[in-house]
Amino acid sequence: MHVLRPLYVILAIVGLILVARTMVVPKDFGVQERGYMYGWYRKANEEEWKAFKVKYQGKEYCQTCHAEEEQQVNASRHKTIECENCHGPAVEHPAEPQKLILDRSRELCIRCHTYLSYPTSKRSEIKGIDPDQHNPGGECVGCHNPHQASKPL
Amino acid sequence: MKRRDFLRLALKGSAALVLVKGGVEIFRPAAGHASLKPLRWVFLVDTYKCIGCGFCVKACKLENEIPFDTNVSRTWVERYVVTKDGDVFADTPKEARYGFTTTRIDLGMGKDKNIPLQNIDKAFFVPKLCNQCEKSPCVQVCPVGATYQTADGVVLVDREWCIGCGYCIMACPYGMRFFHPVHHVAEKCNFCYHRITKDMKPACVQACPMGARRIGNIKDPQDPVAKIISTQRVSVHKPEYGTKPQVYFIGLSEEVR
Repeated sequence: MHVLRPLYVILAIVGLILVARTMVVPKDFGVQERGYMYGWYRKANEEEWKAFKVKYQGKEYCQTCHAEEEQQVNASRHKTIECENCHGPAVEHPAEPQKLILDRSRELCIRCHTYLSYPTSKRSEIKGIDPDQHNPGGECVGCHNPHQASKPL
Repeated sequence: MKRRDFLRLALKGSAALVLVKGGVEIFRPAAGHASLKPLRWVFLVDTYKCIGCGFCVKACKLENEIPFDTNVSRTWVERYVVTKDGDVFADTPKEARYGFTTTRIDLGMGKDKNIPLQNIDKAFFVPKLCNQCEKSPCVQVCPVGATYQTADGVVLVDREWCIGCGYCIMACPYGMRFFHPVHHVAEKCNFCYHRITKDMKPACVQACPMGARRIGNIKDPQDPVAKIISTQRVSVHKPEYGTKPQVYFIGLSEEVR
């Protein structure tokens, strides 16, 4: 029956799409724990995200080699600041990279030490300067030791 | 029917019922996960403690490979300044990746405004990050199943599966999503999923010198963050959207948008 021919074509296309789908869509794609609305995805992606590279290792990692510096900082007001905030992410240092990029800039210090006397914010309790008035252009580390924050050099 | 036959049939029937019920338990995935320790990641931000140093933004961008000099970020810090005249100014210069280093408010388009400190009624900093909503609109609108919520509550984006249609970016009431400048797919904060699944803290939490950012498990009654959320006065951002956001704030003010 020639009137049924388009039907066969459509059925063939649908069949083709279904076959192609089994090849294209990964086996682990489907409805997971959170149900269809929030949990319809490729399960292996969770593991892919878990395998993302860690860069910031934290103070404990640093102090295994740099214990002296760590003690010095911990005795100062800067004890709450992570080494990597200024020295850059450790990644796999010392294997890779061998040397970290240390930010000694004035811009780094004034992140906290531009004095902003904002009410209801802890910022107002931090000792600070007006960067336009206090030795403009100078490097803070020329006079201040960030590892012994309370003492000037 | 004899009594003996009736008892035999009843025994068989109940045995069959037990078998069917057992089978359902085995094949229902949720039952298997119930045996694990219950886990639902939540975040707590104390806006009183935030000093606007922006170390969290710096750490986030470097940890999560968001090109540092691009104007997109998974997290940022906002500054709100309320003057004595009742005017509200808000800014987040370069997402605060270099912190707040001036009293001048960034008005955008290269303009700024200096507000004398004596004119200020209140001023404070608010760190923002993805709320990992329990009823996440961004996940609902994804047409291909590229964004989803894990069993522990974190919303992730499958970079291989995302087609870059941008529906999720439009759907998020908090503006947390953006296109990744390198991968050209939807990008968002995921509480540093690669770190929290290794018993590490998210990069922003670790970098914060003031303890303004904390992460915890709301399903663990002994968790210090869960205790604060359940016993103290906390609020969430834009609850009227019904998204059930899971980033809780201490000291959120009505000026915060």
